[in-house]
Amino acid sequence: MTALTTNGILSSTRAELLRLRKWPAVWVTIGAWLALSLMFGYLFNYLSYTSGDSSFSTEGTTKAALLAEMMPANVPDVFVQGMPMFGGALMMVLGAIVAGNGYGWGTWKTVFTQGPSRTSVLAGSLVSVTVAVLGVMVTSLVVDFGCSLVIAGTEGQSIVWPSLGAMVESFGAGFLVLEMWALAGFVLGTVARGPALSVGLGLVWALVIENLLRGVGQLLSPVEAFTEILPGTAAGSLIGSIVGVERGGDGTPGVLDVLSGTQATWTVAVYVVVLPLVALWLVRRRDVV
Amino acid sequence: MNESVVETHGLTKRYGDRLAVDRVDMTVKTGEVYGFLGPNGAGKTTTLRMMLGLIRPTAGSASVLGQPAGRPDVTARIGALIEGPGFYPYLSGLDNLRVMARYRGLPKSTAAAALARVDLADRGSDKFKSYSLGMKQRLGVASALMGDPELIVLDEPTNGLDPAGMADMRSLIVELARGGQTVLLSSHLLDEVQEICDRVGVINKGRLLRESTVADLRGGASLVVRGFPVDATLAVAMEVAGEDAVHLDGEDVLLDVSPGQAPDLTRALVARGVDVHQIGSTERTLESVFFEMTTEKEAVS
Ligand SMILES: Nc1ncnc2c1ncn2[C@@H]1O[C@H](COP(=O)(O)OP(=O)(O)O)[C@@H](O)[C@H]1O
Ligand SMILES: [Mg+2]
Repeated sequence: MTALTTNGILSSTRAELLRLRKWPAVWVTIGAWLALSLMFGYLFNYLSYTSGDSSFSTEGTTKAALLAEMMPANVPDVFVQGMPMFGGALMMVLGAIVAGNGYGWGTWKTVFTQGPSRTSVLAGSLVSVTVAVLGVMVTSLVVDFGCSLVIAGTEGQSIVWPSLGAMVESFGAGFLVLEMWALAGFVLGTVARGPALSVGLGLVWALVIENLLRGVGQLLSPVEAFTEILPGTAAGSLIGSIVGVERGGDGTPGVLDVLSGTQATWTVAVYVVVLPLVALWLVRRRDVV
Repeated sequence: MNESVVETHGLTKRYGDRLAVDRVDMTVKTGEVYGFLGPNGAGKTTTLRMMLGLIRPTAGSASVLGQPAGRPDVTARIGALIEGPGFYPYLSGLDNLRVMARYRGLPKSTAAAALARVDLADRGSDKFKSYSLGMKQRLGVASALMGDPELIVLDEPTNGLDPAGMADMRSLIVELARGGQTVLLSSHLLDEVQEICDRVGVINKGRLLRESTVADLRGGASLVVRGFPVDATLAVAMEVAGEDAVHLDGEDVLLDVSPGQAPDLTRALVARGVDVHQIGSTERTLESVFFEMTTEKEAVS
């Protein structure tokens, strides 16, 4: 890599970070993730825990299990369980607006006449999106621990920390999943040269079509083989391998056990490597007006 | 001063079966204000986009500052506003410039300085989306000025400005050229090009019709005389200016001579008993030249 490229990537990253940091839409997206993961991770569980009906026969075990889920030791699971579903969807929105809006606004045109090469600019933008994804993860980890500590304190539970290994595993898997969806959004926004269509199609794909295909796959094996390489399947299975999937239960939506943890990790990792290359290939060759 | 900053050779861009730019050979020289003149849809923006590497030519080539167009090290030495200002609507004017300054690797203070140069300093903290068209346009120019690039490419920078804003913009451009920067200015406004440009390239329907100094393009001024009798007027005019330099247009006698010969001509006419009703100089406007040029070429092709 030449000095020119390195400088270009540095300049571009600094520029992109500035404009993302000051973009309300980015904060709305991140805020939505935090709100949703708090609601489904702690708020609803805590409400049903405190308002538990004592005449219910299985009350004892249910209440204990509910409480255990909200304890610090269980943070590695709670942290990632929403990621295949709304976490991924929100990161896809983030990627799509970062890449797509600039075509309608004419800002990519302006940026491409500043000096850094398109490769540098794109690298800077992708690094910035990745920083945002990491920021989301760290923030939500802190918030999750905060909630669980408050609940443990209120309910007079002794504090047991999760193992470091479990933390690292959750963080790594969660990062891969969110990053993959953010990159997928980035590619879609680049293809469509705008956020609206790409977000719409991306969400329909991730939330609806993949589910339908997995349903069809149970009847037709070629379709099943196809679904196994899809991003939603891989992300869901990766998270499923961490939090576990209740057999026949109404488990967390999007969390799957279609693939083994290893296979799921590899599939997601391939997407994380290939998607930026696709974006780069598209941006380098296109006319920008 | 004769070193060229921009050179294109057979530069062509085709969209489907429309030739947006058709074999353009153009040269912009160091330190000049070059007017790229043509009506809407002539191919100005398309040509400039190719010079900046935003789009690829279908054929031909463009070199800028001695290097192929679109190379990052060249682009860094150009400041450009191409077809309207493209900025982040949610950022203030100042923050938009700061983002671009970071892309250019320039210090933060460049942004505020550029904003002041286009008289936007007091509106710098307002969001770009709240700007009027004229303010957006000025922000675009401010961004092109940051870091004092060697070449400044401005694509119809006075679009959307009111007359006072246009005048300000034009004096800013003249000032830039005085400071040694080369300015490539596209425009569909004849008086604008006539007023501030050293040389002009006229483009229509993708073809560069002519490239010359503004003065050459307009041609020299000439004299027009109305005297009676017309025959005698014509005869005297031929004696003074030579037979080839004179022709009759209705009752007006036109002479291809400098307006400085008016006193000589008047004396000669009076000496021969001609009643001189009017004598004056005609100056061709760029408009008439342009009109002639575009209709001529159309008749040929
Ligand atoms: N992206 C494009 N796709 C198709 N046609 C285009 C495109 N850009 C420009 N054109 C056509 O090329 C011609 C020249 O356009 P342009 O360079 O914008 O002219 P000007 O800037 O002189 O007004 C016009 O006929 C325009 O419609
Ligand atoms: Mg134009």
